[in-house]
Amino acid sequence: MAPTSQIERGKTWPAPDGAIRVKKFEVYRYDPDSDKNPRIDTYEVDLDSCGPMVLDALIKIKNEIDATLTFRRSCREGVCGSCSMNIDGTNWLACTRFISNTAEPATIYPLNHLRVVKDLVPDLTHLYEQYAQIEPWLKTTTPVPERERLQSPEDREKLDGHYECILCFCCTAGCPSHWWNGNRFLGPAVLLQANRWLADSRDEATGERLDNLEDPFRLYRCHTILNCTRTCPKGLNPGKAIASIKKMIIERKS
Amino acid sequence: MANRERPLSPDLQIYRPQLTSVLSITHRLTGVALSIGSPVLVCWLIAAAAGPSVYATLHGFLGSRLGLALLFGWTYALCFHLCNGIRHLFWDAGYGFELRTIYASGWTVVAASAMLTLAAWIISFSLHG
Repeated sequence: MAPTSQIERGKTWPAPDGAIRVKKFEVYRYDPDSDKNPRIDTYEVDLDSCGPMVLDALIKIKNEIDATLTFRRSCREGVCGSCSMNIDGTNWLACTRFISNTAEPATIYPLNHLRVVKDLVPDLTHLYEQYAQIEPWLKTTTPVPERERLQSPEDREKLDGHYECILCFCCTAGCPSHWWNGNRFLGPAVLLQANRWLADSRDEATGERLDNLEDPFRLYRCHTILNCTRTCPKGLNPGKAIASIKKMIIERKS
Repeated sequence: MANRERPLSPDLQIYRPQLTSVLSITHRLTGVALSIGSPVLVCWLIAAAAGPSVYATLHGFLGSRLGLALLFGWTYALCFHLCNGIRHLFWDAGYGFELRTIYASGWTVVAASAMLTLAAWIISFSLHG
């Protein structure tokens, strides 16, 4: 590990006098404008004046205790995928994790094995580039029809379990294979999306898509560890999607 | 503005060990152990072919406390790798990916590999003392 990644003990921000239900949050901090290493700050939050979710606590900390705390958030209801982070050792959305379901103290880190921009904000550029690599759009060779391309209800059902993905990257950031080979292995989130286009009855580039995936690193660095399926905050199954791609590649050979 | 490389967010040191990842790394480690163990098996065969005195020397080592511990470890490695290997075959065929099934099959592998190891040792001890 680079010396700049070593984590030090930071500051403790005590709860206000008179607070009864106090909860500790140990939060990873990194300030790019200083020369200091990342640190763990401890915030004591009065739960009697705080919403029920981990995101509520983070917003309360930013509003009332320490305005320098930085994190991504938007929808606060689990559909935008912005507030994905490592909570008590596994990845989840801060807005859908109840404070009452966290450890004492709760530990909050950014998504794993990514370059940290600031505090809980990791750099996702490489993950978005990997997403672009699978060309996530409908590809066709037949002439464009007069109306939309129709799909039977049965074919539409094959997209279930794929389209719900919000690209929060909880799974990819929790995948040990992606930690060690992330420069070439596409990771569970992107491979789930790859399967979404393979499963689409309207797409006409299946062969070309499989050609692009059939690679010792891009697809086959998946060793079925299944941390992805274990952690997905939307209850999706990237592990199964990857197995389905591997099966398609074998079946087209026979 | 500090001009230096951004830190890498922590991974292995903070990600909570769970059945999925622990059984995966155990599969890898038992595979390595078996690769180291197979030359020992070959040595045992060679010793058996080389005659009674060579065989007695090797047998003496394998019968020592260290030898028995190694053999027990290899028995467990074999049983675990076999059971979890069967689990992997189901996955390769596309079955058993529901989270509940992943956990059920995982705990089954843990229990089955422990029982197979103990059974192998109980049987071999009761047959040969």
